[in-house]
Formats: sequence, structure tokens, C-alpha cells
Amino acid sequence: MADNNLYCVSALFDTPDKIINAARKTTEAGYKKFDVNTPYPVHGMDKAMGMGQSKIGYITLFFGLSGAVFIFLFMWWTFASNYNIVVGGKPFLSAPAFIPITFETTVLFAAISTFVGMIAVFFKLPHNSHPLHDTEYMKAVSGDKFGLVIEADDEQFERNKVTEFLKSLGAFQVADVYLPEKETYKLFTSGFVIFLIILAIVTSAATYITLNKLMYVVPFSWMEVQPKLNAQEESDIFTDGKGMRPPVDGTVARGELPYPFYGQTNPPEVLSNPTVPTKKILELGKRKFLTFCSPCHGNFAQGESRLNGQFPTGPTLVSGKIINYPDGMIYHIITNGQNVMPSYMHQINREERWAIVDYVRVLQRAQNPSQSDIQEVKKESSSNVTK
Amino acid sequence: MSVDYSKEIPLVQGRLTMAELDEAIAKPMSIRPGKIYFIALAFTSGLLLLGVLGVSLTFYFGIGEWGNNQPVAWGWGITNFVFWVGIAHAGTLISAILYLLRQKWRTGISRFAEAMTIFAVMCAGIFPIIHTGRPWLAGYLLPYPNSHHLWPNFISPLVWDVFAVSTYLIVSAIFWYVGLIPDFATLRDRAVSKIKKFVYSLFSLGWRHSNRHWRHYEKVYMILAGLATPLVLSVHTVVSFDFAVAVLPGWHSTIFPPYFVAGAIFSGFAMVVTALVFMRKVLGLENVITIDHLDRMNKIILLTGSMVGYAYLMEFFISWYSGVPTEQYVAINRAFGEYAWGYWIMVTCNSLFPQLFWFRKFRRSIPAMFIVVVLVNVGMWFERFIIIASSLHRDFLPSSWGYFTPTWVDFSILLGSFGLFFTLVLLFSRTLPVVTMSEIKGVVEGAHPTHHGGDHDG
Repeated sequence: MADNNLYCVSALFDTPDKIINAARKTTEAGYKKFDVNTPYPVHGMDKAMGMGQSKIGYITLFFGLSGAVFIFLFMWWTFASNYNIVVGGKPFLSAPAFIPITFETTVLFAAISTFVGMIAVFFKLPHNSHPLHDTEYMKAVSGDKFGLVIEADDEQFERNKVTEFLKSLGAFQVADVYLPEKETYKLFTSGFVIFLIILAIVTSAATYITLNKLMYVVPFSWMEVQPKLNAQEESDIFTDGKGMRPPVDGTVARGELPYPFYGQTNPPEVLSNPTVPTKKILELGKRKFLTFCSPCHGNFAQGESRLNGQFPTGPTLVSGKIINYPDGMIYHIITNGQNVMPSYMHQINREERWAIVDYVRVLQRAQNPSQSDIQEVKKESSSNVTK
Repeated sequence: MSVDYSKEIPLVQGRLTMAELDEAIAKPMSIRPGKIYFIALAFTSGLLLLGVLGVSLTFYFGIGEWGNNQPVAWGWGITNFVFWVGIAHAGTLISAILYLLRQKWRTGISRFAEAMTIFAVMCAGIFPIIHTGRPWLAGYLLPYPNSHHLWPNFISPLVWDVFAVSTYLIVSAIFWYVGLIPDFATLRDRAVSKIKKFVYSLFSLGWRHSNRHWRHYEKVYMILAGLATPLVLSVHTVVSFDFAVAVLPGWHSTIFPPYFVAGAIFSGFAMVVTALVFMRKVLGLENVITIDHLDRMNKIILLTGSMVGYAYLMEFFISWYSGVPTEQYVAINRAFGEYAWGYWIMVTCNSLFPQLFWFRKFRRSIPAMFIVVVLVNVGMWFERFIIIASSLHRDFLPSSWGYFTPTWVDFSILLGSFGLFFTLVLLFSRTLPVVTMSEIKGVVEGAHPTHHGGDHDG
């Protein structure tokens, strides 16, 4: 094998005394790129190899403190700012109660960062393709021997000189270690492609089953499966096959009284307006009129509505015929319905219906004012001007 | 009997060489286990299956399968949780605290104890999660931006628990794995079969035993030990806060944190000794895990057992000294009420039997120590049960008084947790090196340079 493939010259020693002596001599001889491999850390080796203290503690310190600051600010933000939870009337920023979690997170960050830093940054592991692997040398230092290698990259490296030097240190075995030949692999071998396909199928199937089936299996069903009947559901418990029970005949809903004149055409005289047209009642009547009546009868009850042409036009409510109706008649028509107009008994309650009647009267008077009404309005507007 | 205390006892007996040590430790992983191993494994996995059955029933029908009900709402779920977290503490104590105290004898047992830590935390973690009744919603305990726009209550001891126990599990696993890396490398270089070599290479990350790595490695090991030491003390402190922060008589006490930590180490050491007594025999590691190790561990059991006994007495004193009638009632009710039987099992097992370890004869006798440590395990389980049940079963209103009776599902889950633990221990004993090879080689005689040949001239 060519010499430029040489990685290092390795030497094996059998006692700790010999290896520490060898390491010291190698350092003294001025070699820089050498390493000592021992099955366990040997006392004093760092000094013999001319190495100082490990600096890895700074990683621990930095990330540990970062963890502490981060989690404290995080708890402060969630607890005192983002979503306040009152617990026993304590202050939102209760620092003493934050101590346990701050401590645990400090340790967690410090430990993980130290571990990852050691493996990835300081050791550059995993590195299973290193030239020393799978050599007799590595097998020996893994067990009970002590080894020293001088790398070919070292400035002073001369193969024969180094071999002689290592032998003179008392090594019982000196051997050359070569770089492994470059191996190339085809990425898409048939086995790998099949593996990818199987992986894709298994992953999709597992995802599908989890999201569509497993999440609805009984204990995990998120309370979606419940032994009850919903309003419009079918059910074979009842003979009519409905899940919903109709109320018993003659049931009166809360706040509603039965309307005794339903279906009659002539309004009885007994229906008299119980309301007094106060401002409050008129405003209620206006609101309900605009909601329920104006679509057909128009905003001012003139029969010109926004449904014009799409639906039979509602008649005007401000003509003489309606003006002459008693209050009870208008109330009866709202409650009972007339021609194509349906009953509004269930949409509008009694008080609101009477309020609508009052409001219709207001609209009628506003569009057919008497002489005294006009004078009254003029008087009011002129008094407004002089003010 | 005369013992020479002036000489240091060799940590490894029988003058084993490093090669022989490697051979002894790696042997259980390379030979086919015997019949007894499979019988033991069948037994423990049978218990595990029983536990799986109990947990499945709990998931399907709900927490009503257990004996918990008002007023004793915590029942065995939390008892088992505290029990297993306590067991876990021995491993970290051995691997971290004794490391910082330069107790070299720890090397023989540290790997095994750390493994037990991880397995015990796994057992412990199950209980609070299944005790919630809807374990698949346990993710809400972690602070992540969820669709409800809600965060956990960070000042609740139950959330502290989540952080403490999960941090403990992660840090223990890291600590354990860091110790395993050089051993994986040694196993890799010993492996003959291709599959084993591949797996060991994968886990060894290509470790080369290089001294340029060792110097960082030793530092990291010390840092992790330094981090794990306060962590292990904090974990059981936080667990004790679950009780001590509540305003319930019998729980609301400042002695709880140290009392719980001492109890945790006590029960953990008892469990380690229980397992080691068998393991050293079955795996043929009597020269590595020597009777001296067990002797030292029994001394720690004696110490922590006495601390726990002191705490029992102090509870009485404080309840009298506090002058609070309910506290006094709870203390007397604990010892002489409906749960008196459990209380006196606890006192006998935890405070009286370990006192036998004052005698060297008992400390070094395998049958004697086995009986004592099993009793300690029983006693420590009862301690947690008594703390929970006796404080809860007498509510402030006599109309709400009750008595906790476990169901068979409670039993099956408790036995199942033992099944899980010992199944993992058995599997571990045959798949990973039970003793830290790289450390034990460093403590045999002649492992380090002598003064003349070595580096101590500076």
C-alpha cells in the first residue's frame, strides 16, 4: 500500500507506567498530532500529553443559565401576562413558587447541552469510519492494553524515525495503520427502494388508522359517542319512530296564553288595547314592525316594500280602511293572519303585538296629519330655531 | 472478631486482571441464559401482563374500577407513584453523590443501580398518568401553545411533579448512556457476530478510548454528577410538596422534604440490595460486587432508616407542640385509629428491623440482609399508604369519614408495576454490561501509574 495512505504509526504498551512515560517523551520530542488510547482514563495523562483543563464546563454554565432565564420569563409571560390564572388570590408573578420549575429546567438544559456538546462538538461523534476502528490496535486498547499513535499529518513525521522512536519507548508492538479505502455505495438499491415503499405504506396506514379510527375507539372517543337521542334523530324506542317527544295536547308554553279567537274572521269587540303609547312602547313597536312587518308592508307601511315583485305586495296600512279599524282588529290580523299573511302568534308575543299596533297608529297619523298636528309641528320647529 | 480498619479493602476481590474482568462482565451477554432465567422472566412478565389487564380495564371502564373514592381520593395510585420514585433515588445517589464524595466502591454497583433508577422512574411515571383517568390527555400537563390558549398552573405542586420527574428521567438516562459509551466500544471490539458488532458500533458512536476524549469525558461525568445530585434531592422534595403544600392535617408539615428524601434513599437502597443479592450470584460477579459492597450499603440503610424513624417520632412531637387539635387528632388516629395495623407494620419494618445492621454479622449475612431489605420495601410502601390514607380518611366533617378498600384491579396494577420493573431488570442483566467496565478497570490494583514511573513529580 502506498505511503500516502498511511494514517499513523501505532504502538502498544502493557503497563500504565510505560504509557505515561511514552506520552511524556512524545510530548518532549515535539510531536503535536498524537493520541493516547487507554481502556480507562489514566491518572496524570492529561499533564503528560501537555493538555490543560477541559473547557466543556462553559457550555454547561451558559445553557444552564439560559434555561433558568428562559423558563422564568416564560412562566412570567404565560402566568402574569398571556393568560392570568387566579390561584388562591396570590400575585401573578409569585417568584418563590416558580423556583422548583426554574431549577428543574436549569438542570435539564445544562445536562442536555453538556451531553450534546460533548458528543457533537468536542468529540465529533458518531464517527464509526475512523481509520483506527477494526484494527488489532483498537481491540487491544479496548481491553487491557495502552496505546499511543503518532499521526502521519504531524510536521515531524518520518515513518522510520517514528517507528524507531516508539520501539525505544518500550512498546511491545508497533504497527502501521492505513486509511481505509474509499467505499462508494449506490443510494437507490432495490432493497432500499422496497424499504422506502414499505415505510411509506406503513406510515400512511398508521396515520390513517390513528386519525380516523383509533381516536374514535371507545375510551378515546373524546365524548363524541354518547348514549342519548338528539332532537331530530330516529329511534325505535317510541312507536312513532321519532327521537323527539311532542308536547302533550293542551300544553301551554311559558309566557304564552292561548288566543281564544283564532280562526275567526270578525274581531270581537272585547279586544281592547291594554298598552299606553309611551316612548318605550313605541320604540319596541317600531323595532318589531321593522323586523316582521316591513318586508311586505314597507318601512312606512305604505305597501312599497323591498320584497316588491317577488312576493304578493302587502297592502298599505295607512289608508282610510285600516285607519278606521279598531285596535283589536289590527291585533287580530297580526295574531290570526289574513289571506296570504300567516299568523305571527308564535314569533311575536302579546305585548309586542300591541306595541306594533300602537306604532302603526303613529305611522297613520304621521302620513295623514290634521291641521292642528301641522301647527303643533311648526310651533315646535320654530321654537327650536329661536333657541 | 478483629478487623484491620487501617488497610483499604480491595474493591475487586480475587486479584482479577482487566482481561478477566472484561470476560466476567461480558459473559452474561454472550451465553444462552439458563432455565432459571427463563422461569424468572416468565414469572415477571406474567405479573406485567396482569398489570396490563388492570390498566386496560381502568382505561375502558374508568377509574371507578379502583378502590379510590371520597374521602380517600388518592388511594394506591399515588402510593405506588411515591413508592417507585423513592426506589429510583438509590441509583442516582450511588452514581452521582458517591462519585462526588470519591467513594470508589460505587463503581461495582453504579451501573446496576442507575438502571434500576431508570426502570423505577418509568414505573412511577405510569401511576399519576393513569390516575388522571384520561391518560391520553396527559399532554395538557406540558406547556405548549394548545388550541385552548391555556397554560399549566405553574405554581401547582402537581405541575412541579411533571417537570421534576421528567427531568429526572431524562438526566438519569443521559448519565447512564454517557457511562455506557466506552463499554459499548469495548463490547464492539469483543463482538464476533456481525449483528452484535453493528448494534454495539451504533451505540458506541465510534468511541476510540482516546485520551483527548477522556479528559472531556471525565469532566462531563463530574458535571453530570454535580447536576444530578441536587436534582435527585429536588425530585423527592417536589414529590413531598404534593403533600406538604396542601393544608391537610398530617400532610402540612415542613419535615416532609427531608423525611421523604431520606425515605427514598432508604427504600431505594433496600431495593438495590434485594436485586443485587441475586444478580451477583446468578451472573457470577461475586468478586466485583463483593460482600463489602453490600456491607456498605447496609450501613446506609441503617443510617437512613434511623432518620426515617426520627421523622416518625418528630411528627408526634410537632403535632403536640403545634397545639392544633386537628393535627393532634390525626397523629393519634394514625397510630391508634382504623389504620393502626398499617402504621405499626410501617414502624416495625422501617425503624426496628434495620437496627439489626448495627451488628456486623447481620450486615454481612446474605439471608439476614435479604429478609431485612424485603421488610424495608414492605414498610416503605406502607409508609406512603399510611400518609395518604390515614390523613384523608378522616375528613373535617364526620359525615364525610370513610375507609379505603382496594379492589383486585388495584392489586393487579401494583403487581404489574413490579412485573414491569423486574422484567426490565432481567432483560437489562443479559443485554448490557451490569458493571461499568471502563470504571472497574480503573480501580483494580496497578491500574494507575506508580509514583516513580508516573506523573506525580510536579
